Amino acid sequence: MDESLLEKREGSLDNDNETTTWVEYWLTGELVHRSVHVQLKRAVVSFGETAEF
Amino acid sequence: MANTQAMTTSFKVDLLNAVHAFNGTGVPAHTVSTADTFKAALYITTATMNASTTAYSATNEVSGTGYTAGGVTVTFGTAPSSTGTTSFLTPSASITYTTVTLSTSFDAMLLYNTTQSNKSVAVYTFTAQTVAAGTFSLTMPTNDATTGLLRIA
Repeated sequence: MDESLLEKREGSLDNDNETTTWVEYWLTGELVHRSVHVQLKRAVVSFGETAEF
Repeated sequence: MANTQAMTTSFKVDLLNAVHAFNGTGVPAHTVSTADTFKAALYITTATMNASTTAYSATNEVSGTGYTAGGVTVTFGTAPSSTGTTSFLTPSASITYTTVTLSTSFDAMLLYNTTQSNKSVAVYTFTAQTVAAGTFSLTMPTNDATTGLLRIA
C-alpha cells in the first residue's frame, strides 16, 4: 500500500466522564483504520449506610 | 433502551457475602487464597446495562473481527485499599482490545467475575464509538479514594 495515499484524521473530546481521542486513516474515501483511546474519569461509587435500631 | 453507568446492586450484596475476591489475601469466605478472574465486555448502544444487571450476558454484546465474546481479562495487580472511610480498587493496567473491527456503535463496558458465575461488578459508559481494524483501549484513572474505578464511600 502506498501510505502517501492515506489521509489521517484525528479527533478528541473531553467531558466530566472521559477524555477520548481517536485516529482514523482513510483511503480513497474509505475508512480503513480507526482506533479509540478512552481515559475514564468518573468511577462508580457505592455509599455504605447503616440503619439505626 | 440505554446504558447507565452504575455499580450493580447485586455486587453490593455480593460484597457483604464475600463473593468476590480481587486479591487472594484476607478472604476467609474463599477456600483458596487466589484472586478471582475478572473480565470486561463491551455492549452496543441499544443494550440495557445498568445497576440491575446481575451477570454477564452475550445479548447485545459487541461482535466483530478480533473480538472474543466475553471480552478481555482485567488485571488487578494491586490489592483493595482505603483512605479515610473510602475503600477503592482500580485495575492495574489499561483494558485493551487489540486489532478489532467493531462496526456497531458501543458505549458501555461490563466488569464481571468469571470465577463467580460471571456475576456483575459494574457498568461503565462512555461516548459511543466504533473501531475499524484498530485498537480500543480504556485507560484507568488514578487508584485512590477520589478517582479509583471502584469506590465504596
